[in-house]
Amino acid sequence: MSDTETTAVDPDKPERSKAAKWTRRGFIGAGALAGGALLVGVAVRSGNPVGKLKPIVAGGDGEALINSWVKIDADNIVTAIVPHCEMGQGANSTLAQMLADEMDVSWDNVRVMDAPADGNYVSQHAVRTFVGPGTIPGKPNQVSFMEPTYDGLFTQIGKLADAYITGGSSSVRSTGQNGMRVAGAAAREMLIGAAAAEWGVPADEITTQDGVLSHAGSGQSAPYAQFAAAAAEQTLPRAPRIKQASEFKLMGTPALRKDIPCKVDGTGIFGIDGGPAEGPGKDALRYAAVKAAPVVGSTVEAIDASAAKAMPGVLQILNMGDFVAVVADSYWQAQQALRSVKTTYSKTEIDGLDTEQMFAQYAAALDEAGMDGGNSKADYGDAAGALSSAAKTVEAEYKVPFLAHATMEPMNCTAWVRDGKCDIWTGTQVPLMSRKGAAEGAGVGEDDVTMHTVMLGGGFGRRLTPEYANQAARIAKATGYPIKMIWSREEDTAQDFYRPADISRFSGGLDEQGRVVGWSNIHCSEDEPAEAPLVEFYDIANVSVRGAEVEAPLRLGAWRSVGHSQHGFFVESFVDELAHAAGKDPLEFRRTLLANSPRHLAVLEGAAKMADWGSDLPEGHGRGIAIARSFNSIVAEVAEVDMTGDMPRVTKMFCCVDAGYAMNPDGLSAQMESGIIYGLSAALYNEVTIKNGAVEQSNFHDYRMMRMVDAPQIAVQIINGAPDNLGGAGEPGLPPAAPAVANAIFAASGTRIRELPIAKHFA
Amino acid sequence: MATVKISVNGTPQEIDVDPAMPILWVVRERLGLSGTKFGCGIAQCGACTVHLDDEPVRSCSTPISAADGKAITTIEGIAAEDGTLSKVQQAWISEQVPQCGYCQSGQIMSATALLKETPQPNDEQINAYMAGNVCRCGMYGRIRKAIKVAAGIEPSTTQETPA
Ligand code: FES
Ligand code: FES
Repeated sequence: MSDTETTAVDPDKPERSKAAKWTRRGFIGAGALAGGALLVGVAVRSGNPVGKLKPIVAGGDGEALINSWVKIDADNIVTAIVPHCEMGQGANSTLAQMLADEMDVSWDNVRVMDAPADGNYVSQHAVRTFVGPGTIPGKPNQVSFMEPTYDGLFTQIGKLADAYITGGSSSVRSTGQNGMRVAGAAAREMLIGAAAAEWGVPADEITTQDGVLSHAGSGQSAPYAQFAAAAAEQTLPRAPRIKQASEFKLMGTPALRKDIPCKVDGTGIFGIDGGPAEGPGKDALRYAAVKAAPVVGSTVEAIDASAAKAMPGVLQILNMGDFVAVVADSYWQAQQALRSVKTTYSKTEIDGLDTEQMFAQYAAALDEAGMDGGNSKADYGDAAGALSSAAKTVEAEYKVPFLAHATMEPMNCTAWVRDGKCDIWTGTQVPLMSRKGAAEGAGVGEDDVTMHTVMLGGGFGRRLTPEYANQAARIAKATGYPIKMIWSREEDTAQDFYRPADISRFSGGLDEQGRVVGWSNIHCSEDEPAEAPLVEFYDIANVSVRGAEVEAPLRLGAWRSVGHSQHGFFVESFVDELAHAAGKDPLEFRRTLLANSPRHLAVLEGAAKMADWGSDLPEGHGRGIAIARSFNSIVAEVAEVDMTGDMPRVTKMFCCVDAGYAMNPDGLSAQMESGIIYGLSAALYNEVTIKNGAVEQSNFHDYRMMRMVDAPQIAVQIINGAPDNLGGAGEPGLPPAAPAVANAIFAASGTRIRELPIAKHFA
Repeated sequence: MATVKISVNGTPQEIDVDPAMPILWVVRERLGLSGTKFGCGIAQCGACTVHLDDEPVRSCSTPISAADGKAITTIEGIAAEDGTLSKVQQAWISEQVPQCGYCQSGQIMSATALLKETPQPNDEQINAYMAGNVCRCGMYGRIRKAIKVAAGIEPSTTQETPA
């Protein structure tokens, strides 16, 4: 990556160059141009918002904050301050790796610290690319709402838009590239500048390695820490020199993740483990079990708590209006008692709702729209014309269900409200938004809420909402106790923000030679991101993609890979159907379609080669291939299935990924493995169904997770196809998994899966 | 209420407690050992796995009365006394197993019990034994590999010793 790219002005946001106005420092302004809020990498100086952060992140004596992304201790330990929560991707470790490489410090001396939930640390890129309209309840237009604050985003965004977010696979490509690397390089240059001044030698004669500054000519050398304070006084470099890929030492290596040791010895503190550590808060801590009204819009009309009240350990039973809470000396007692509370809920308009009705409404909306109604999402060439003159047309309809996230750690939050202040321990992808939710629940100002950093037992888009922090704060306020509120798995399943269900219809045209001449698609969902259903990487001249508007009176949210989780299945299943209709091998067929997309093609070929595509398989086995681009990464997968049993068994998955450049190849591989298994659980088993307005599933016995015995062998191969153009890692492994398996089932058995989950067809 | 006598990670304890309370909540709330996790509460996920006299049990669904007179071992108790991590824990680091990590205490407790019973397990034995432990982050391939590394069947991927 070159300096100019680091500082490039985003063409559609030229006004961001004004960012330099409030910094008057080259590096800061430049960083702001490319990365918006990522530019909290700022030197300590009066009047700068970083000053406010100093007391939060500074440790003991002898530490100087060089800029807000990095801290150097007196013992030469470098701490990378990371503005994302660690959801488990290891992304924070990778960010630190990027910073450490640019800074020339050794990995052993690097620590990672989550940034405090303070408005000064925000991930603007995540906001812009991930939080599309409608993603956050009550914030229908988050993105455009924030644009006016862009120049002042330092102080504005946190307060106005609650925008410290981990999601959209954005941490490495955005914070890493634009924040961490620049900050590391800047820190290094400032240290060099300080040493040069002290030693009276030219800066360009000073070299750095493993956290040590050296000047060969005069024989002087010193650890970074010695110049940390002086460096903080240095002018920030206007455009710190970023390393070329050929100079990387740590980037591109499988450096061991920093967050793993505490996850193997039980010392890691997750949300469920958080709370006042010592003293009166710890002694006063009590536990809450909750149950919210099962139907959206319903409230708790009355409770009969007579039996529950008499149960051991029970302290209070609260009708909170939208939910019931039981507070007890132990969580188990609270849960037991909650089960014996009899609750009546208010009637709603959707008390009779069920999933069949919803799908019928979706189908009716599509019928009404036809193939050319609804809203256009892409329109080039003349799809209708091409289809009407095609030698052969193929039509298909696909359907996917609502899905729950089922993070391993159920939602929970510990809250302590006292003296107009509130302390919160909770796993969240949006700490600032949770802080706001807690403040509202506790009846205190946002500045009076302290968010304690804890790890997340899975995010996947579930922890993008503040309602559970709000609940815990309300209970804590109502009872006066510090409260650890934990949702049961049943509550977690019933009160999720679900991945939207969808129906998607296609019409495709082939010419005499079996080439695709027309592509027409209409589906129901709002697309987040907007590119999810688009196929511009395929060489098809006449394309129409449209969306029909439908309403789903459920709590809907972002689910791992968001819209790609649906459209990956739709698009790649239909491409496979077209290939078979054309009488072509699905790999060969995609090769032709990808003739003008070299990176896609390389990934496709990579996966096919790994799988030894075309080689013989045992009787009853089949292979399927699929490719998808999401979050700027391209992933192709080949699935092998065994159809000889009662239920299809996925035996192998071959995955080839081009995420631009793998900063930590082992980490990227782990993310692919993770996305594949998550995608396969959904593809094979999962659906959330509604009956009488409420979710029918409750726990892992009826919302089944893939287990080790069902898990395929997974091989991952990485292509570094665009070192200057990084893609995400957490989500892109998922979208090709379902269609690869469905296509493999067709290859093995001739059964075309057009509706997920697959298990439905083999019951 | 009743008094149960248990040993937890080698330390004898006497606790006044409702004998029906699951071991999980006694360990987490009364003993402050938070490494054992709650995932489902109905013996479906294995996040709460501890050893009762060396046998793995789902602590969310095992009452504390069942532990009376017995030894409970949790994730906090499987390293050596000097803090040296067990072979299984070391393999979990060398294979970079955890993603979010929430299931991993339970996975490690199950894997530890497996290797005690079957020091050289094959794939089928591993799959069968570990079937009760869900990893929502899908790290099954790494878990399987790490078990083999801990068993000495396969070499480790990364040679670095944990810090
Ligand atoms: S919490 Fe015990 S098995 Fe899931
Ligand atoms: S590592 Fe997240 S559930 Fe297993």
